[in-house]
Order: sequence, then structure tokens, then C-alpha cells
Amino acid sequence: MKEIEVVIGLEVHVQLATATKMFCRCPNLFGQPPNTLICPVCMGLPGSLPVVNAKAVELGIKAALALNCHINREIIFERKNYFYPDLPKGYQISQYALPLAEEGFIEIEGKKIRIRRAHLEEDAGKLIHSSLGSGVDFNRAGVPLLEIVTEPDVHSPQQAYDYLTQLKTIMQYVGVSSCDMEKGFLRCDANISLPRKGEKLGVKTEVKNMNSFRGVKDALSYEIERQSEIIQKGGRIIQETRLWDEARRKTFSMRSKEEAHDYRYFPEPDLVKYTFTEEEIEKLRNSLPEMPQVKYERFKKQYKIEESLLKALVEEKNLADFFESSLRYYPQPKSVANWILGPLREIMNIKRIENIENIALSPDNFTKVVRMFDEKKLNNIATKKLLSLILENNENAAVVAEKNNLLQISNAADLEAWVEEAVRTNPKPVNDYLSGKKNALMFLVGVVMRKSSGQANPTVVKDLLVRRIKDEKSN
Amino acid sequence: MDYNLHKLRAEEISLLIREKRRTVQEVYEYFQKRIAKFNSTLNAVVRSIALDKFSPPNSLLAGVPIIIKDNICIKEVEITCASKILKGFISPYDAGVIKRLKKNSLIPLAIANMDEFAFGSSCETSCYGPARNPWDKNKVPGGSSGGSAAAVAAGFAPLALGSDTGGSIRQPASFCGVVGFKPTYGRVSRFGLVAFGSSLDQIGPLCRDIRDCAAVLEIISGYDENDSTSVEKPANFRDYLKEDIKGVRIGIPKEYFTEGVDKEVEKVLGEALKVLKSRGAVIEEMSLPHTEYAVPVYYIVASSEASSNLSRFDGVRYGLRQNTQTLTKLYTYTRAQGFGREAKRRILLGTFSLSSGYYDAYYLKALKARTLIKQEFEKVFQYYDVIISPTSPTTAFALGEKINDPLKMYLSDVFTIPANLAGIPAASIPCGFDKKGLPVGMQIIGPAFGEGKIINIAFSYQSVTNWHNMYPADYEGN
Repeated sequence: MKEIEVVIGLEVHVQLATATKMFCRCPNLFGQPPNTLICPVCMGLPGSLPVVNAKAVELGIKAALALNCHINREIIFERKNYFYPDLPKGYQISQYALPLAEEGFIEIEGKKIRIRRAHLEEDAGKLIHSSLGSGVDFNRAGVPLLEIVTEPDVHSPQQAYDYLTQLKTIMQYVGVSSCDMEKGFLRCDANISLPRKGEKLGVKTEVKNMNSFRGVKDALSYEIERQSEIIQKGGRIIQETRLWDEARRKTFSMRSKEEAHDYRYFPEPDLVKYTFTEEEIEKLRNSLPEMPQVKYERFKKQYKIEESLLKALVEEKNLADFFESSLRYYPQPKSVANWILGPLREIMNIKRIENIENIALSPDNFTKVVRMFDEKKLNNIATKKLLSLILENNENAAVVAEKNNLLQISNAADLEAWVEEAVRTNPKPVNDYLSGKKNALMFLVGVVMRKSSGQANPTVVKDLLVRRIKDEKSN
Repeated sequence: MDYNLHKLRAEEISLLIREKRRTVQEVYEYFQKRIAKFNSTLNAVVRSIALDKFSPPNSLLAGVPIIIKDNICIKEVEITCASKILKGFISPYDAGVIKRLKKNSLIPLAIANMDEFAFGSSCETSCYGPARNPWDKNKVPGGSSGGSAAAVAAGFAPLALGSDTGGSIRQPASFCGVVGFKPTYGRVSRFGLVAFGSSLDQIGPLCRDIRDCAAVLEIISGYDENDSTSVEKPANFRDYLKEDIKGVRIGIPKEYFTEGVDKEVEKVLGEALKVLKSRGAVIEEMSLPHTEYAVPVYYIVASSEASSNLSRFDGVRYGLRQNTQTLTKLYTYTRAQGFGREAKRRILLGTFSLSSGYYDAYYLKALKARTLIKQEFEKVFQYYDVIISPTSPTTAFALGEKINDPLKMYLSDVFTIPANLAGIPAASIPCGFDKKGLPVGMQIIGPAFGEGKIINIAFSYQSVTNWHNMYPADYEGN
């Protein structure tokens, strides 16, 4: 038995974050009541005609440039013909010959995943099934998509996962899309085959219906298992489209090659050729922000913080931006990075805020909190509490800390009474400590912390307790 | 003073309104009355349009009623393309041309009959039954804009709009003895015109007098932000209403005078050319060798586009819907019920031409041939101002004569199709009658955006002839 290779190609659809749809002026918005964002054009009414959204083309070019693609100077749109209730015109306006961009790549850990092409197209509507029957919501119909197709350069499910993560980061950097997979802003289909070593590509299956990056990874792992089992038993892989079932964690056959559509592509006669000048493309290239790879290298040199922190910061452009803005007010990279990636993100998660862009807290005010912690004016718990209190209103950190009694009490005189009480009412731990069980001291610190409603400075409390117990002993 | 309004030019009617000698309402009712009286024989219009609010008279054609082909969308009016599949569809929007007409206070009067989805040259494929020719009710009015042409010929309105994909304005204009004008592709917005062959379709006017034609063209021409293929070009067509055609070079393509052309048509056209010659035009025989490819190229390109354009009629969102148990049945039953024979034929033809394995041999090859035809015209227009031919090889044929022989039917557009493939303007002008008393049309083809040249020649010809004032006897009076 010859050794088996894994060959994967990925097709990703990214929804472009334009204000309006690809070929009409309906708003491009998510989560609105069904069929409230529609017009004769995106509903495919008789006589309606598409008009290209120049902003979508611009975003597409920026995305493609960020993916190191060559932009074709002349592009055309074509019709992809097939029937489905979510497809209003009976054809999708897409690109076939002369796509927007070709021959790009994404680099992952030194290895290039080549991008074959990136082209613009319109999204379809969405079927909604209920007890009343099936309906179609056309709000999404006509939303601009950029389809990004790789060469078969991916060789493991993990690599597919990394590619998607990196792609998402790049798209977010360019401001092209939030790539939220749950909202369908990014969708991924995968082609996978297991050729024997030396063979070229083998027979591939197309896997669809994955709802997360993790789902892509799982579905591919499942396919590798399924296909290698068939091959090892001497069977043949059938060229087909398979659907990933997240609940059952399996793929199921949807249609075979014979049932595949003949899309009858032909140039869209309702649209004219689109051409770009060198200047236009250069202008867009110059408008691109610092790309994640470059930013990573710069951060590494400039801030000298742990690699894992750097990676996490750079992965989300908004985090990186928040980080750098914060440093302007408080140039302590390590502290600031730790507080952003740790507690701040944790609190955002609890409050179900996904993007740091959506918090009210300003970098200025945020660094006030971090500074108070570093200056030991706040203990760990109080700092988190304070962040939580001002995250969504950006009220002055110092004022809120004061008002909510969060400031740490470090003054021995103010702590004396609590220490005294703790020692008096807990003779057993005191004796334990005296007999060498050092852990007993932490219990007593805890008692004082509780009595001070968390405000006491635990380090100071610890010192006071040790001294007080020593006194007790010497008495 | 009592006027026979239907014998006046559109501009004259508008003047009566603007001078307050007639109200818009009176004019509207006058023509509605004629429709009520005569349409039962002709079946030229399929529904009336209620008199809506209209802008105050503000243009040369203000207040003039206009008949609209059943494939041009008018807000809150049922538009069906004479197909069962669209019955009951009320357009929620105005086509680009309708917006322009309304802005200029023209009054949409009625919806004209047509061949289903403009597939046909006789008006016989309409789901409303055939329209008839006012000159002989046993003859077809031509198609696909047969209803528009018959309506203008019978004086239902001074103006009508049609659409022309392969001759659908010019051929019926010729059969009914009126002026029909297909503008340059891109001159008039296609937004709101239910697409047949998107790269070929153009909306244009039908009327009795080239002066009205120039006035309507001025109103409907121009860039529309809703149609990417529309363009902005000077549209001062009335400036070309001049009698002088001295030295104008007219090419007569010998390929357009083959054995298929009726002898009487040829004779009538010969007389017309003599008139033009007497006015100083230089007439020369010339050649357009690619002409023979026009019909096959057209039927591949137009049907391919049509097969895709008609996909949206699926029973899901509007129009006819056959409720069934499965999705496939919903599509097949709805479309089987909704489309007529000719529509199905074109969908099959187009789907075949675009299918993988056939695309290169048919669609792609047709596109290449189309480019050759276009280049051929560009070349001859470097020398000739216009090209003149018969609009159609014959005068109006009898109802039922060609309906079962699609090839024969397709050949009645053999002279009109090349202008659509090349995207250039062409008009049909009434230029006489055959022995049966049926009108003959003269086609004048101009270079891209050379509508003015066509108008100049048509006006010069019209100034010394009277064909455009002839009325079919049954419809002359009130």
C-alpha cells in the first residue's frame, strides 16, 4: 500500500461590508425582518437591471491586493444560470472569465497557500422553513460577495483552519468584512482528495455546510478518515458533493458529479466591461493599512513583549489599535497587553461584546485603570470590577473607583482592627500557622479581605498578620 | 371648432392643450372612445390605463396620449408581455422611458398587444389572441410590436412605444404603414423593459409623422443611472428635420434584394429611391457580404439571452404559479403552463446554445460573427451616410400563414436583424402600397448615434410624399 497524501482546496465566500448591495441600492444589513431590504432589482422583477456598486469593486480590489493577488485591468461579469427559489433571477451575476483578481497567496508559518482567483458575485436569498411551510427571505439577495479560491495547496485540516484564521485577520485588517461565520459573513467549502504518493490529485469530494472554522477542520478530518478507509479497503472514491452534519459529525452525499449543474455561464449583457487604470489600483494599494505580518514584526521590535501576547494582539486589528492607542497614555506595553488580552476580553465575553470597537471605554480611561493597578491603588478583583463598571459608559475610572469603594486600603492603621479580629476569632488557623502550616496564613488573609469587602491590600494584610501572630506568640 | 384629433400630429394636439382649447381629459376620452369603438376588431390594445395625475403641460408633447407595449413597466399597471405566466403582475415601478414620458406630461393611454415576450413577427403568439392589421383584418399587423403599430395606424393614439430586438418595431411599422424607429443601442434606457435579448433590445417610438418621432425620441433618449448600457449623447433630433439631402450618400446593399423579396415591394422601394434621388441624394449599390449570417447569428444570441432572461419566471415570487408537491414540479408545471410554444422553442434553443460542449460552437461563434457584422457596418458607414432597404421582404401576410413554420416567420426579419446585431439605429418609413393595398416600408439604417441622418432623409422624403397621411378606410372617420 502506497502512502496517502491529503490535498485540500478551499473556496471561501466573504460578504463585503458595503453600505448597499452589489447591483442595487438596497441597504446591506444583517438581522432585519424578512423581505424588508428589497427592490425590483434584487427581487428580479421583470424589466429590472443591475448596476455595479463601485464601492464593492473597490473593497474587492483592496481585499485581493491584501491577498497578494494580481488585479485584472479589465473585468467582466457573467451569468451563472440555475434554478433555486432563493435565486430571484434564475441566474447569479458572478464572474468566470476575467475575474477581479488572480494569483495571490497567504503565507502561513513560512508556507505559501496560493490563491487561484478572487471574484465578485452577488449573494442569494435565504430559505426559511417553518411549520407554516417554506418561505424565502430576499434581504440577503444581491449582497456583495468576494469568492476566494485557493490552489490545492492545503495539506491538513489544521492548515485549513490556520488559512481561514489568517484570511479572516487580513479581511478584518482591510476593513472588507467582519468575517463572522455565524452570521454567514464568511462561508467555506472545501475540496478534498487523498491521492497516493506520486499521484497527482486523486478523486475529490466537495464538502459544504460547515458553520465554523472548527467545523471545517472537523469535516475535513472526517473526510480523511472516510476516504482513507474506502481506499484501504480497495474501494473507489466517487466525485460528489457532501454536506457536513455538525450534530451527527459526519458528511453525507448531496449530489454526484452526474447530477452537477451545467451553469451555462455567459457574459452578463446588462453590464458593461469594467476597466481599471494603474493609478486607481496604486491608490487602493496605498490605502491599505499595515498588514498583520508587518505589524507583528514591528510590534516585536518596538514593544518587546511575549510572542503569544503579540500574536493575540495582531490577530485582531481592533485589539492592536486599542493597544497602541493605550500606550500613548501609559507606555507600559506588557501591563497594557496583559490587561487587554486577559481581563478586558474576559469581561467583554461575559457581556457578549465581540468586538473591542463596540465598547465605550476609551484607551485613555482604560489606562487609568491599569495604572491604578500597577500603582497598587487597586487589587486584582477591584480592577476587574472597575473595568466591568465603566466598560459600557466610559465614566471616569478614578471617580467610579472612589464611589464604589474599590480603592485598595494599604494603610496599616486602617487595617489593624480587621487583622486583630481575624486573629482573635480564628485561633485554630493561628495555631496551625505557628506550628508550621504556612498555608493557614492565606485563610486569615481571606478573612480580612472579606471583612474589608475586598478593599484591603492583601500584601500589606499578610505582613500585618505575620507580625500580629508573632506578637501573639511572644506574649 | 371640431377637430379630428386622430388626424393631427402629436405636436398639434399638445398645442391645443397648451393653448387651453382642449383639456387633457377631453383628449384622453376622445382616444379612449376610438379604442372602445374599433379595438374589438383589431385587438391592438389589451387594456386601458386610467387617467392618472399628470404634470402640468410643460413640453412639446404635453398631454398627448401614448400607447405602451405590454413589456414596458408602468407603475401600478398590469404588465404581462402577452404571456399567461405574467398575468396579474402589477409593476411596482416605472420604466426609465415611462418616467421621462410622465415628466414631460405625456399620457399613457393603453397597453398594446404583442407577441409573447416579443417572440414573433406577427402578433399571433400573444396570449390575448392575435392583433389584426387595420389595412386588412385578415392580415397580421407584424410583430412583435404589432399592437403598437396597428393602434397608431388605426388612430387609437398619435404615438406608441414598442421594443425592437430584431425588427419588432420596424417590421410592424412597415406592415401597418406607419413610422417606426429603433434607436442606437444605449440611446434609450432599457430599465423597465422586460428583457428579451438584452444586448439587442431597444425601445423606440411608432407614429405617423417623422416630426412626432423626432420629438418623442428627444424625450426618451439619454443616460439612465439604472441602465449601465445607456449613454448620454446629444439628442437634438428636431434639428435634423430639414428637407435638404443634397449630396447625402445612400448605400443600397445588393444582398437585401434577393429572390425572397416580393417584386411589388421592390418596385415600390425603387419609386421611393427615385424620389430621394430627385431631391439630390446620391444612391449607389453596395455590398454587405456578411448579411447571410445575420439570421442564424441572431437566433443564437437572442435565444441564448432570452433563455436566461426568462428564468426568473419561475412561479416563486410573482405571476402564474402551479402549486405542486415538489420544487421541480413547481418549476416545470408553472413554466409548461405559463409559456407558449414559441417561448418554449426559444428557451430550448438558447439553453442548448449555452450548454457546455456546445457553447463554443454556437454562442461563442455567433458572437464572433456578430463582431464581423458590426465591423462591416462601421466600414461602410465611413463612406455612406445611410443604408436603405425594404423593411421586410413582403407586405403583411395572412393570419395563420406562417405561424406553423418558424423558419419562414424568422425570415420576415431578415433585413431588420443586422441593425440590432450592430447596435445601430434604423427606421421604417411608409413609402407606398402593393397591389393588394397593403403598405410597404422603407428601412433607413444609420451609423451608431446617427439618428439625425435617418430623420433628415425621412423628413425630406415625407415632405414630398403623402404616404404617412394615408388612413385605412375603416378607421378614417370617428
